[in-house]
Amino acid sequence: MMALDQTGFPIIRTAGIDGMLVSFGDRLEEAANRAAIAFRAEVARAGWDGVSESSSSLVSCYLRFDPLALSHDELEARLRALIAARDWLQAELPGGRRLHRIPTVYGGALAPQLGEAASEAGLSEAAAVKMLSEARVRVTALGFAPGQPYLGLLPEVWNIPRQSALTPKVPKGALVLAIRQLVLFGVTAPTGWRHVGQTAAELFRLGDERPFLLAPGDEVMFPAVSEAEFEDLRSSPGGGARWEALA
Amino acid sequence: MSRALIVHRAGPALSLQDEGRPGWITYGLSRGGAMDRLALAEGAALLGQPVGAALEMGGLGGRFEAAEDMRIALTGAPMRATLDGAPLLWHASHLLPAGAVLEIGPVTSGAYGYLSVGGGFAEPEVLGAQSAHLTAGLGGPVEAGARLAVGLDRGGETGRKLSVEERFNGGTLRVVASLQTAMFSEAQRARFGEEGFTRDNRANRMGVKVNPDGEGYGVEGGLSVVSEVISPGDIQMTGDGAPFVLMAESQTTGGYPRLATVIPADLPRVAQAPAGARLRFRWISLEEALAVEAGYRRHMAELRRRVEPVVRHPGDVPDLLSHKLVSGFSSGDHHDH
Repeated sequence: MMALDQTGFPIIRTAGIDGMLVSFGDRLEEAANRAAIAFRAEVARAGWDGVSESSSSLVSCYLRFDPLALSHDELEARLRALIAARDWLQAELPGGRRLHRIPTVYGGALAPQLGEAASEAGLSEAAAVKMLSEARVRVTALGFAPGQPYLGLLPEVWNIPRQSALTPKVPKGALVLAIRQLVLFGVTAPTGWRHVGQTAAELFRLGDERPFLLAPGDEVMFPAVSEAEFEDLRSSPGGGARWEALA
Repeated sequence: MSRALIVHRAGPALSLQDEGRPGWITYGLSRGGAMDRLALAEGAALLGQPVGAALEMGGLGGRFEAAEDMRIALTGAPMRATLDGAPLLWHASHLLPAGAVLEIGPVTSGAYGYLSVGGGFAEPEVLGAQSAHLTAGLGGPVEAGARLAVGLDRGGETGRKLSVEERFNGGTLRVVASLQTAMFSEAQRARFGEEGFTRDNRANRMGVKVNPDGEGYGVEGGLSVVSEVISPGDIQMTGDGAPFVLMAESQTTGGYPRLATVIPADLPRVAQAPAGARLRFRWISLEEALAVEAGYRRHMAELRRRVEPVVRHPGDVPDLLSHKLVSGFSSGDHHDH
């Protein structure tokens, strides 16, 4: 364990015997997430021998390495040099990212908690749908299930708490909301977040060149469609989701 | 006729497992793979082949038949096994003739037994591995009626065994400090290394719950920790304060505070601890952990050289003279370098 006595970010910590973690904050903030994604892209580009895998999560970049081939001291020195090379909180997001548009039904029988979420946010349902369908959010991290994204951050008005009780089950493709974030469910699961929208997105498709639809740093919009349009999209490949490359 | 292992009856927790599929953490998919990696390596060593996929059997085996003559190895948690009614030695390799019935019953100690086959299983790979990732829904359990494809076998030796260090009844697990260790009080960290724990009934491929003899563990404000990456072996404290040791199919990130990480060399012991087994944790330094890791890898690399012929009881061997010839022959090229 190292650097836990440091007060300032970024900090470097060990994870088990074969992991190192560079953290840019201790709570989800836009700049810390951007830094983690940009830093991870640089680590991947560097392709250091002995590093077997890297990933970014909400505010951190993780490296898994072979500690018998690349020593902790050596890896830490390289990470410190990379940290010092620039102000990561101001870093641009890396290239190769995508903007996805995933058609979404808001409210009604398919997404029964839109009204509740809107009222928590102090908005009418119509205003809530307009805001959510025009919002452009970033994949801050993927987790819980393969390819399942956390997306943020929504405007401050959406800083609504989780429910006190769990919803026992929301269906695959559910769009749920809490604390300025969205999660798009890849599997049927229980959740404490409110079910505001329903999509027919396929987050994980074997056989595709990239089996996961979304990657950290990708951006996503959830344009509103009617229930009738949605029924048609259910049978179309990928539930009508489209993407374009971000410059 | 294609080489295959036919499954006539299957216990509830059978699945094909190899070393898992690394490289997808950033997409939310954990590596997965065999719960007891050492047992996988032991099976490969007994058959003299590279580590591949084996049939992992949680608690209970099943009834199997080979479509063609096939070599098999039985490793991991010892289970009652018979071939056409005759008992089979565990931690050993055997010939499974076409049509013979291989019965594998419940574990006699430990939690996960492994059935490896000569030539290895040759089911389609998904994202570079045959492993079923049950939590993620990649592949699924092996059920009765399955016919598992088996690759070409280039080896010929059977009737060989390995002496295996006991790891099937709990024991001491070495841990290192990790990401969030410093969030726990000095007193909790000290107590963690001193008191005893009992393996709970709740355990699966995601994690193993252990109940402390004393009170639960936790940190102030522990539920608002930002989600960070999970490594297999991480010891997570959930709401009730009982530790969970996170295993092969854990999630990739988690927001519950984690006290320490079990070193890779001791993960087989975690996996194999049956319900009710007594466990302890012992803090070691990172330097010591790396020395243990080097020794562990050396041990895995040397497994093939430790394989030895099964010495039969004289009563089982019709011709003592030929038995001597066999053992004399076997000592030639397998014991030393």
